Amino acid sequence: MSVYYNEREREEVPVKPQFRDDLKFATGKIAFFQYLLVAVFLFLISGFWDLQVQNPALYNEQAERNRIKALPVLAPRGKILDRDGRVIVDNHSSFSLILSRENLKPEHVAAIAEGLNLDPDELSARLKRFKSRPRYEPIIIKEELTAADLAFVEAHRDAESFPEMELIHAQRRLYPRDDLAAHVIGYVGEVSENELNSPDFAKYEQGDVVGKVGIERQYNDILMGVDGQRRVVVDNRGRERQVIGMKEAVPGRDLQLTIDLDLQVVAELAMENRKGAVVALDPRNGEVLAMVSRPAYDPNKFAGRIRSKDWKELIENPDNPLLNRAIQAQLAPGSTFKPIVALAALESGAIDETYTVHCSGGASFYGRYFKCHKKGGHGTVDVHRGIVQSCDVFFYNAGNRAGIDKIAEYAEMAGLGHKTGIDLPNEAEGLVPSSRWKIRTQRSKWYAGETISVSIGQGALTVTPLQLTRAIGGLATGGIWCTPHLVKEGTHPAPARRGQLNLEHVADVINGMYGVVNEGGTGGSARLPGIEVCGKTGTAQLASNEYLKNAKLGSEMKDNAWFVGFAPRYNPEIVVVALWQEGAHGNYAAPIVRDVIKAYFDKKMRLAPPKSLVAQVPMAPAPHLPAAPSGVR
Amino acid sequence: MARYRSMRDFDWPLLVLMLVLCAVGVLQIYSATHDTGWRDAWWKQLIAVGLGVVLFWVISSVDYHTLLGQVPLMYGISVFTLIVVLVAGKTVFGGRRWIPLFGGFHLQISEFVKIVLVLLVARYLIELKSERPEWRDVLKLGGLVGIPFFLVLRQPDLGTALTFLPALAAGLFLAGMRWQHALAIMLAAVLVLPVGYYFLKDYQKARLVSFMDPSSDPKGSGYQVIQSKIAIGSGGLWGMGVTRGLQTQLRFLPVPHTDFIFSAFAEEHGFVGVIVVLGLYFLLLMQMIQNAQMAPDRAGMYICMGVAAVFLFHVLVNVGMVVGRMPVAGIPLPLMTSGGSNVLSTFMMLGLVNNVRLRRFVI
Repeated sequence: MSVYYNEREREEVPVKPQFRDDLKFATGKIAFFQYLLVAVFLFLISGFWDLQVQNPALYNEQAERNRIKALPVLAPRGKILDRDGRVIVDNHSSFSLILSRENLKPEHVAAIAEGLNLDPDELSARLKRFKSRPRYEPIIIKEELTAADLAFVEAHRDAESFPEMELIHAQRRLYPRDDLAAHVIGYVGEVSENELNSPDFAKYEQGDVVGKVGIERQYNDILMGVDGQRRVVVDNRGRERQVIGMKEAVPGRDLQLTIDLDLQVVAELAMENRKGAVVALDPRNGEVLAMVSRPAYDPNKFAGRIRSKDWKELIENPDNPLLNRAIQAQLAPGSTFKPIVALAALESGAIDETYTVHCSGGASFYGRYFKCHKKGGHGTVDVHRGIVQSCDVFFYNAGNRAGIDKIAEYAEMAGLGHKTGIDLPNEAEGLVPSSRWKIRTQRSKWYAGETISVSIGQGALTVTPLQLTRAIGGLATGGIWCTPHLVKEGTHPAPARRGQLNLEHVADVINGMYGVVNEGGTGGSARLPGIEVCGKTGTAQLASNEYLKNAKLGSEMKDNAWFVGFAPRYNPEIVVVALWQEGAHGNYAAPIVRDVIKAYFDKKMRLAPPKSLVAQVPMAPAPHLPAAPSGVR
Repeated sequence: MARYRSMRDFDWPLLVLMLVLCAVGVLQIYSATHDTGWRDAWWKQLIAVGLGVVLFWVISSVDYHTLLGQVPLMYGISVFTLIVVLVAGKTVFGGRRWIPLFGGFHLQISEFVKIVLVLLVARYLIELKSERPEWRDVLKLGGLVGIPFFLVLRQPDLGTALTFLPALAAGLFLAGMRWQHALAIMLAAVLVLPVGYYFLKDYQKARLVSFMDPSSDPKGSGYQVIQSKIAIGSGGLWGMGVTRGLQTQLRFLPVPHTDFIFSAFAEEHGFVGVIVVLGLYFLLLMQMIQNAQMAPDRAGMYICMGVAAVFLFHVLVNVGMVVGRMPVAGIPLPLMTSGGSNVLSTFMMLGLVNNVRLRRFVI
């Protein structure tokens, strides 16, 4: 009993022990409890040991993934400028939504698709396509976000909803002039599965936006730039707290084209909605000044992912707007081929300037009657008049005398039958028939009768508008065929090919072409006061006249109208080809060429230094024939 | 009023350990909430600790035999209040467990019921007629604990309800319950569990499932555990420093000042910090057990061991949950978790332990 024991208190204690409390009975059990305590603490500590000491790196990595997001910084593509530095293709700012697949939950896909007005199946398919890519790479699932999309993303990117969503700023392609020069420029799009498997695109990755056709494709490496990356710390609401790493994007370089917007616009306007193509070249160096193909498309539709409806419309259009007719249409050149035949005949010695033919509206060769386009005939025709009046009979004879292989030799010298080497993808080759070609491809002998058709640019002969432009341009400069190109600097077009030509023969042909426009020839509507425009019409048949008559197709099978023109007569600075498919007669294509040539010289006058306007010094008279075109030494 | 020999008998080590743990807790609450909407939680906690010390002293000064005498009354009040809470309580986080007090404070009644149940078990066991609890005793005591248990379960608050059981189990064990009885109860529990699972709320089922496989629901209950494990793991050996734990500061860690405070602590102080704090808890529990051993009578022993059992259960379930070795039960870590009711009830329970110690030379 304690000294401090208080009797009164004792009575208050209600619980009276019934026997002397001996706690010994519990000693063992309390000891057991102590062991239990030790066990519990060891159990807990082992948990921390596992997490913190054994493999903290694992959890560190997970922690990083939690809070560190790597966001791509998209490199803007370089702008595309015309030869004077005016913008043809630009970029504009937009927001894109990327999805981080690392913490993407499959059941979120449908909800996200719904929130963003995407087709859930399309989104799933897209995710499937990216299966091969490492999961830490985020993918863009929507571009050009609308205000409603942005609101949805802002409201749902916290850790509990859809933290896999992330906004990034993107510079998207903008083609401010809609379909202007659409075929030259091409368009961009996401790299496709097939492209990724081809060696050209091997260095790109799923999701990259690359040039698909045209300049965008050809110079993709220059234009594309290198994407950067931003590593940011985010909290569980997806808000950025801190930027911990920044790899700047390297923007693509701007690209200056040789295209002259002024000429391009004139050419586009002159074509109106006609099906066909226009090509304008500077024959002195091969620079493409304008290139038009009709019908065109709006490359802006491709800038994002093209909608399947738009795509279907484009590929199902019978006029095939995606075809760049300037380099891909392979058609019979018709009479525009005659200058080449004339040159081949003169150079090979088959004819000379004094050689004449009597045209009575047709002639028989090898047992078959070939008509001239003029029913009554042209009477006596020499080479000059043959070109001016485009007399078929003259060229039947000239071609027949020269033979197919001489024609082919000079046609190929002028670059026909081969790619010109222009810096655009998917150029067509055209076809220059020859006896060797026939043996090679058809295993049969060349019949002399076939030469007659080729002599007037028909038969198996096909050219592209660009090839024809280059061929005539080279001829006009006295035999220097420059490689056409669209980009001036940083590229090395194949060197010009020089033909060993007798310049007198060249002058004969050129003077004939001058007559076509200025001496009452077939191309009178290309005439321009004060400018010595030379040219040649072409009316190429799609099928023989007999076939047309029998089938009574009439207007449905109208002839293709060609016109090739250059100016000035000496030292030409511009050569233009217009192709109006189903334009009926070459003379109808001539005004298109005239407009482009006029625009060229108008601009030249405008830009000429004022000094020459003030000092009205009479110019020395133009040198008479034979004149050596500049550049020929 | 009870008297005790001197302030020397006061359990100073116990109080110092408690206050050190509270200080760690307040620091951690500050660190986890300093730039969030809960930024005043740390000084609320300080106030609660202050109040707790007062209650500790108050509880210590009333002889525990007196308290044991009031068990029937306290038990009645407890059951009555639990019913009131169930009918009219304030719903927070999907459970009715709070009654509003003045000044915007809320009291979680079930926390205080724990103390009453510790006393109830002690009172019942010292009044045993026989040497050891027989079937009748086990069922009767089980029933007495079972009533508040099911009331709290209905709130629904499985975690807190479970904290009622350790005192009962420890008491029966110490009183020498036959092992056959214990085995039978466990067997019955195993048989009842599947049925009980059927009655669990969906979120409770989810917690159990996600405990088995956290990755099955990485954004739900499993999310918390995964984030907690990531936080702990990224703490490494030495921790990331106060207010530097990125999981905590960037709020990937859920409720880092309440249920998951220990994982926030582990992230910022590392394995070394964890060992130190768990060591403090260990010492605290050993101190309680020592007080049980030195108790003047069975009543004191039962009280100390009951409190120790409840306390150990809290530590085991909370820390085990944080480290991914226990299901998410949502019960607080005593002395560290931010929350007035729990702080007060913990101080009161430990006040009981001190109470027993103060009277160890009495009788």
